[in-house]
Parts: sequence; C-alpha cells; structure tokens
Amino acid sequence: MSDALHIIQDPTLTYRQELVGLARLGESTDDTLRYSDAYYAAKKKGALCDLNEGVMPFRPRYICPDYELLFQKGCRFLELDPPTDLLEAVNVLEIFYCHVPSITTYPVYLGDLDKLLEPFVVKEDRDYAKKVLRLFLRNIDRVQTDSFVHADIGPEDTVTGRLLLELTEEMQLAVPNLTLRYDPERTSDDFALACVRCMLKTAKPSFANHRMFVGEWGERYAIASCYNGLSIGGGGYTLPRMRLYECSLDAKSPEDFLERELPRYIDLQLEYMDKRVKFIVEESSFFKTNFLVTEGFVKRENFIGMFGVVGLAECCNHLLGIEDKKKGFGMNEAATQLGVRIMDAIEKRVSEHVAPYCDAFDHHYRLHAQVGIDTDGMDDSPGTRIPIGVEPTMLEQLEVNEKFHPYFPTGTGDIFKFEETYLKTPDAILSIIKGSLANGLRYFSGYLENNDVVRVTGYLVKKSEIEKLRQKKQSLNQVTLYGMGAQDGGHALDRRVQHHEESAC
Amino acid sequence: MKRAPVNKIIPFSNVDGPGNRTSVFFQGCPFNCLFCHNPETIHLCRHCGVCVEKCPAGALTLDAQGQVRWDSGRCVQCDACIRLCPHDASPKVRWMTVEDVMGEIRRAAPYIGGVTTSGGECTLQNDFLIDLFTEVGKLGKTCLIDSNGSFDFERDPRVLAVSQGVMLDVKAVDPAWSDQLISYPRDTVLKNLDYLLRVGKLYEVRTVIFPDRDQENEATVRYVARHIGDGCNYKIIRYRPFGVREKYQKLLGEFTAEADYAEKYAQLARDLGAAKAYVV
Repeated sequence: MSDALHIIQDPTLTYRQELVGLARLGESTDDTLRYSDAYYAAKKKGALCDLNEGVMPFRPRYICPDYELLFQKGCRFLELDPPTDLLEAVNVLEIFYCHVPSITTYPVYLGDLDKLLEPFVVKEDRDYAKKVLRLFLRNIDRVQTDSFVHADIGPEDTVTGRLLLELTEEMQLAVPNLTLRYDPERTSDDFALACVRCMLKTAKPSFANHRMFVGEWGERYAIASCYNGLSIGGGGYTLPRMRLYECSLDAKSPEDFLERELPRYIDLQLEYMDKRVKFIVEESSFFKTNFLVTEGFVKRENFIGMFGVVGLAECCNHLLGIEDKKKGFGMNEAATQLGVRIMDAIEKRVSEHVAPYCDAFDHHYRLHAQVGIDTDGMDDSPGTRIPIGVEPTMLEQLEVNEKFHPYFPTGTGDIFKFEETYLKTPDAILSIIKGSLANGLRYFSGYLENNDVVRVTGYLVKKSEIEKLRQKKQSLNQVTLYGMGAQDGGHALDRRVQHHEESAC
Repeated sequence: MKRAPVNKIIPFSNVDGPGNRTSVFFQGCPFNCLFCHNPETIHLCRHCGVCVEKCPAGALTLDAQGQVRWDSGRCVQCDACIRLCPHDASPKVRWMTVEDVMGEIRRAAPYIGGVTTSGGECTLQNDFLIDLFTEVGKLGKTCLIDSNGSFDFERDPRVLAVSQGVMLDVKAVDPAWSDQLISYPRDTVLKNLDYLLRVGKLYEVRTVIFPDRDQENEATVRYVARHIGDGCNYKIIRYRPFGVREKYQKLLGEFTAEADYAEKYAQLARDLGAAKAYVV
C-alpha cells in the first residue's frame, strides 16, 4: 500500500489530519536541500533527529505574531480593522489565528490573552464578558485542534486572567495550552493560588520563571507550543535535536565523548540548522511575501534557531556504565555532574557558532530541552529530565532541575503529578513553586493524578480522547495520537505521584 | 552535644500544618494508642536483635557492643524489621544533633513555610526542640508542634516561646475510654487544651472518630467543641485500619469510619460553636 493510500484509509484520521499527512508526504518528495554524508549517517543512526520537520521548510517552525500591533493597526491583507470592543477583538483574533503558519499548521502562540483583551473586558458586564470568552475558547478548541496551540497570561492579576481561569476549569479543554508568567513581585499570591487550583484540575496553566525569561529575551517574550521561549514578533526557524543517548553509544569513555563524539554531533546539527535557516530566509517565500512579514507582525531579525537536546539522563548513565536507572542520573552525583559538564560543553560550542539570520540574539542559536516524541520510547528521556519511574523525592528532583533549566532559554520544564489532598493545600504547591523558581527552575507544570486532561510530556491531552483512538475512532485533536504513543512507549502518564505520607500519630 | 532519636524527616509535607512544611518525626511516645498507625514509633530499640537476621537486604547488623546497626544505604525500605519487632520499635532510628536536623531543613528551606515536629511524641525531646526551633527561627520559618498533649506546656513554656503553635490531639475525654484507648490519663491533655487556647498557641485540635462508638465519640467532640469555639481549627479524622496492629483492628474495626458518620460529628462540633470543624 502506498503511504498516501495508507493515510486516506486510516479510520482514526479526521479530514484535516489526512490533509496535513498528505501535505507532509508531498513535501518529502523534494530533495533540493542536501546535507553532508556525515549528517545523514548520524541521522540514520538515530543520534540526530529532525523531528519530522519536513525536507522543505516553507515557513519557520514557530511563529509568534505581535498581536498588540494587530490590535493597534488592524490587518490590511485580512481586511481587519483595529477592534473597538470585546466581540470585535475575539473575532479579529479568531480570524487571524487561522492564517498563522507553523510546523503543526496551527498557531503555536495565541498572544498574551489577558493583556490583549483586558481593555475590552473591563468595559463589559462580567457575565457578558465571560460568555464571549467562553465562545472564544470553544472556537479555539474546535478550530485550532492541536495541543501545541498556546496562550499566555500574567504576571499581573487581571479580570480577563481570572475569567480565563474560571472558564478553563469549567470547560476542561486540552486546547489551548496555557502559561502564567510568574514574577514574585508582580504576581499576587491570590492570583497565583487561583492558577495553582486551576492547574491541579486541568493541568494548566504552567508557571514560567518570568524574571529568567525577561533576563534573556526582554519583556516581549512568548511561551509557545510546549514551553518554548521565543521573541514576540519573531519565532523559531527550526528545532532539530541531538539524541544524546545515541550520540554516546560509540564513545569509549566520558572524556572520549566530550572531546570527540559530542563536538562532532554538535557541528553536524549546526550544519543542518544553518542550511535550513538560510533556506527558509533566502529560498522560501515566507519572509518575502507572507502578510505577517510584509505588515510587520513578525520581523525576520526576531527569529532564532533552536538547538534541541534530549536524553541527557540516559547518555550520562551509559557513559558511566550505570545500568540501574534508580542509581543513575538524578540520584547519583557523579552522573548529574557529568550532565553538567556535557551541557556546559554543548552551551559553549553552540554559543561560539556564528549562526545565520539570528540578528537579535548576537548571531547565535539558543538551546532547547526537547520534550521527546512518541517514538522515543524509554531510550531518551525528555531534555534533561530524570527518567519516569525512578524519580527521587520532589525536593531532589527540583534540585536537579534547577541545575539544568538555566541552559535552555528556548524552553525546558518538568511536570509533577499530585494526589488529591493538594487540592485543599494549593498554598503548599505555591510555596514549592516560589522556592524553585527563585533557585533557577525555568518552568513548572503540575496536574492531579485523576484528571481527564493531563500533561503528557509538554502538551496536553484528554485521556478519554486517547481511549477513542484505541477504539479506532477519530480524535479532533491531532496531538491525541502523540499522547497515546507517549503513554504506551514512554510511560509518560506514569510519573511519580506526590503523596502526603501518613503522619505518625 | 544533644542528640535525639529521629524516626524520619519528610522534606515536603502538605498535611502537617499550613503550606508546605518539613516534618520531623521523633521516636518514642508515652501513649500506647490502640489505633496508632505507626506503632513502630512508640518505643526505642532494645537491641534484642530479632530483626537482624530477617533483614533481606543485609542492612541490619549487631555490632561488638551488641547494638543493632542500620545501614541506610543497603536498606530497601521493605519494613520487614518493623513488622517483626516485638517491642513496637524500629531499628531505623537516627540519633541526630540539632545541626544534623538543620542540615536537612536548610536544604528544604527555599520551598517551605516552616517546620513541624511530630512523632512519636516530639515533646519528649523538649530541650532538643528548643534549640532546633531557635535555629529554624533564624531562617525566618515557622515552627509547629504536633503533640499528643502529654507534656504540660504551662509548667514549662520555654518551647512554646520559640514556636508558633501546637497541633493537639484530643483523643478521648471520658476517663475510662481514655485509659483503654491511649493507656494514659487524659488530664494533662485537657489542661493543655485550655492553656494553649488561652495563650493563643493552639493551631488546631484533632479527634479521631471510631466506627460505632457513639458515646465515646460524642463525649470527646462535645468537650472539645465547647472549649475551643471558633478559636482554632478542629479536624475530625476518620479512623482508618491502615497500619493499626492486628489485635487492635479487631477491637476498633477493620474498616474506615464512614464519611457520613464522621461528618455528623463535625456538624455537632459546628453546632456547638466550633465553626472551623471539618472532616479530613
């Protein structure tokens, strides 16, 4: 059976999912963009992975439009005037979203929704505003049917932010993903606690370390897709990843890896990124003719290449000959220290590379702890995470995270699963989040163990939707399939639950 | 150097007072509650050695002085030793200095609001607690005492002076029921209830509700509710057989007290003025 026939006969694919699948297939027939033989060999070995980005990049992978600009001057191409009230505002956004490309074909950044909509929301009656926002969120969930669609709120408490939290809890939707930009001086405890409660019940919002992101990107940064830090009015060209475990397989020792194998693979991935970035900018039409560019909603100089890594834990364990994961990376100081040396080496080499078309970032790519894909199985844990199933205490897990999160301006994060008593003690979780963000954690996600909406590796799915796929039925959300793969292959839903222990008396 | 027997330290706990807290559980308790969930915390190890040979991980040994030694690195936490112990004790107790305990607290400090000491009965280590709380206070963290009420806080209020309050168990008010349930007179407990309330150091009171013990449950709840009013939280806890010694399970019940049954007592407490009474 041809691949095309396979796609169009798959009972679990919706029409739109078939269309996307067929488009990928079409793209894969071209071979204009060529890389070195060494690159192809590394890819074949599984040491480098292009995340199925497609052989012909016809748009940047992630695009974060400047929605404030849209609200200021409207959009000529889409014939949209600046909105004058809430109804017009959400209508403008709903239309605009449909024209924002990305690797997934859906917009990965919906804007800082609270800031954008607050001026309109406060002019309306609260119930009316809530109803409009309810329909807005429903539109997003049913039209932008992909869990990598992401909206941001915070750091300040707003009426819109509160309404979005209320609706998120009431509607229990997997789309959009949601992040609170948390700043201890600008985010009130009351608003942060409302976010914790919502997070427990719906697996969102996650907490982003606002100060850390501002330090790297300035105030105008977006959290897009899973947890990706990017510039507003810009985005990410491409995101390939080194699969560090596979990269380590031919190394004779940790030193051999650091001196010989690691630099070789870093350079191959840089070669791949340089070629793709140049192709997107110089050859594809996106930066020449797309209205997002010509009308200034994105600027080429605000785009960056994202240098991804995955499987640090397994890499360190392999290099040190540790077979029992329970005694490995995360629980073993030598393995964790090796991880730090490896990340230092990657950070240094990538920062020494002069990258094309990354003008706003000193002409360098930035690191990304890639969250894993469904086919990784248990070989490569997401980014620098401790493998699922052997997580130490939450305190120890946070301490390890705090060592590694600062390396990744374009995104990393960890996820914690809580049991029911935490619903009554959101202040306990806020206390943990505050401490950890102050200690260098970049991004914190959590959810309650018995939720339907759960965070898989970085994205959200509904467990009930995974069940639909298992019964050979269609799921509107195209990410449900990844969730099923990650559940089966990576045991991504089996992470350690944070229990309270029986007290003695 | 003062040392105290520590059963365990939980870096993050959300059930031992407000917010996220580090809980320090001390070994040893003057009560012998029939419903104790962790009877291995009641007594100190007598070094009889019964557990040593049965340890499947080889983590227990008898040293030259005839003392049982526990190797935490080898221990697989199967708890075989605890189940075997004929004395309601544990070989896995660490004799720690204040500085030892502070080492673990400092590590958790960025993430916690405070420290709760529990047990066993932590007030058996009163002098140790005073030093510990003084150090914790320097970190800007709060200190709460989880106590069975056997220590007379009025007679020696030094530890209260360095702590923010007490979470007090009032397990039985009826004298006969108290003798049977906790093997200890309840007079000091009830004296503490009034005293702590009076000096503003009563953070919460807890009472366990037992299945089909209408009279005993009601006597305790009535007494507590009338005394505390809305002065502090009142946690009504459902009896759970988990961890309770088998012979006592037969006496008290092999099932968890029904939620509705416990709620009846929470309602009674609220009706009597204990506005902050609720079932956990």
